[in-house]
Amino acid sequence: MKKMLESIAVPVIAVLIALVISAFVILAIGKNPIQAYKILLHGAFGSKQAIIDTLIKSTPLILTGLAVGFGFRAGVFNIGAEGQMGMGALVAATFASNFGGLPPAIAIPLTLLLGIAAGAGWAAIAGLLKAKTGAHEVVTTIMLNWITTYIASFMVTGPLVTGYGSPKSPEISTSAQLPILMRVGAMELSAGILISILAAIFMYVFLNKTTTGYEIKAVGFNPYAAEYGGISVSKNIILAMAISGALAGLAGVTELMGVHHRFLGELAGGKGFDGISIALIGQNNPIGIIFAAILIGALRTGSNEMQFMGVSKYIVMITQAIVIFLVAADRIVRAIYARKKVTA
Amino acid sequence: MRVLEAILSVFINPQFYKIALTVATPLMFASLGGVFSEITGVVNIALEGIILMGSFTSIVFTHITGSVWFGVLMAVVSGMLLALLHAWGSIKWCGNQVVLGTAITLLSQGLTGFLMEPIFGQPGQTDFIGRIDEITIPGLVKVPFIGQVIGEISPFVYIAFGCVAFGWWLIYKTKLGLRMRAVGENPEAADTLGINVYAIRYFGVIMSGVFASLAGAYLSVGEIGQFKELMSGGRGFIGLAAMIVGNWNPVGAMLASLFFGFFGAFSNQLQSLQQIQVAANVKSLFDTIPFILTIVVVAGVVGRSRGPAADGVPYEKHG
Repeated sequence: MKKMLESIAVPVIAVLIALVISAFVILAIGKNPIQAYKILLHGAFGSKQAIIDTLIKSTPLILTGLAVGFGFRAGVFNIGAEGQMGMGALVAATFASNFGGLPPAIAIPLTLLLGIAAGAGWAAIAGLLKAKTGAHEVVTTIMLNWITTYIASFMVTGPLVTGYGSPKSPEISTSAQLPILMRVGAMELSAGILISILAAIFMYVFLNKTTTGYEIKAVGFNPYAAEYGGISVSKNIILAMAISGALAGLAGVTELMGVHHRFLGELAGGKGFDGISIALIGQNNPIGIIFAAILIGALRTGSNEMQFMGVSKYIVMITQAIVIFLVAADRIVRAIYARKKVTA
Repeated sequence: MRVLEAILSVFINPQFYKIALTVATPLMFASLGGVFSEITGVVNIALEGIILMGSFTSIVFTHITGSVWFGVLMAVVSGMLLALLHAWGSIKWCGNQVVLGTAITLLSQGLTGFLMEPIFGQPGQTDFIGRIDEITIPGLVKVPFIGQVIGEISPFVYIAFGCVAFGWWLIYKTKLGLRMRAVGENPEAADTLGINVYAIRYFGVIMSGVFASLAGAYLSVGEIGQFKELMSGGRGFIGLAAMIVGNWNPVGAMLASLFFGFFGAFSNQLQSLQQIQVAANVKSLFDTIPFILTIVVVAGVVGRSRGPAADGVPYEKHG
């Protein structure tokens, strides 16, 4: 119990410190941070519409958080969720505009599978290279992110281009779109939120109740000991990257099927990178990741409102960066925590 | 045949080699920065963020003071500060260096985006603020071919080669360099010999900030004279790849950077050839070449190159 409390304490304190530092940044440009945070909170939870918007924004974040968190549990740093998410959406968008003849019961799972496979395959390249040549996944997945950006830009200005204005693909068939759970004003909450929660359950069961999950964790914890124990390190690294990429691909395809219904120039838009902070705040735990994703989703939604008082939404990025820093160097937080306890 | 001829025409054009040098210059700075940090045992993927902050800071201070070189100086200060932050988290608090580096890169992206409107009144990119002109070397500029390549070129190109020479000398010819390498290979042994492991590592990381920020300053005041969001464009990471390919040696990293520059210029020139008619949207496929190349080279070379033994491992004194 005490251990669990402490594992929650580090990210919670890190978030609080980050919000305080960000307040000083807001103060530095001559704005009132308390008012800014009030507006942020109102923008994220102040109305039924705001809450739905926060949930819509949190849906892909839960999935990218799971993707990165799964990677961390397996000992790989998947900084490429951004590209895998884009690839998942792009590949699914390429085919799903022709699914009009299929009933939703076939079109929906088929489109989801396309996105999952594309994300998994894209990440598996980095996994394969790490396992076979030792190329660090941070370098290879970052390069794959850039390659995704350019391929996507090629696809939406070339083979997939449709209409005028900003580059976009045609709309996917209605039968491949996710059903709407709730509608408030212009906000539509799709079944994507259920998919992301199912994915969290999958990650929990897979890591804790299956042999393969155990092996992947063992490799992540200590590859030398795992190899000595008869577990194939290279097979599990590739598998871990593929599953991590599958989750990121699912984030992309869910966003496609539930929100935009077409591939726009940049679909991931930083959500893959958000997955890093979400995984760290959630301590790589599926339930923790759901809460962390809602927190970041709320910051994103609320920060749109904050823009109107002249505080750029980039403040959220600064806050996230400080949180990542503090969770990575968690001894800073522990030192502050310990000092507080002594004085109290 | 016409395509082959066209490709050949690229190689005999001096402009091609000049572009290759300008593409390689920021990578030379970045990879040298990587060498300085990693040779003492600290992985620094914050380079990407330090480059971006360097681009931004140099434009900001050029905008305020009107002096481009003061802008460059302040870029170096910003690079040292970000590197210090990375060193503090990595060395003092033994944090995960890769994750800390990601945090600092994100911090740079956030801060530069956040400060755009308060300082320049517009998001995205600044207007033209100021640029360091190319320098003409009298005499050299008249030499055929070579004169057209390096006779009139940004001073940053010369500074980059100078920094590489300085880095090589410092690391391989001085006592300090020997200590840096010792700390990166075996910090326990170095500590036993009375070397201050922490001080050496702080030095290595802060120097990496100096070099990476010069890469950033080059991209903005050295090349286009303005700041654009995310203009570092992955160069920090390509620089790290060049460092690995160059086997953690300043000269090796320089050669690898030149190699990347060569291919960058090649894909750039291919797109503008009239013999090869490319549609506008196909150009973005050409843009993937440097990134694909980085993956291939890193995967091909990494098994054979060997980094410092204690790279990425925090050092804690025992007893």
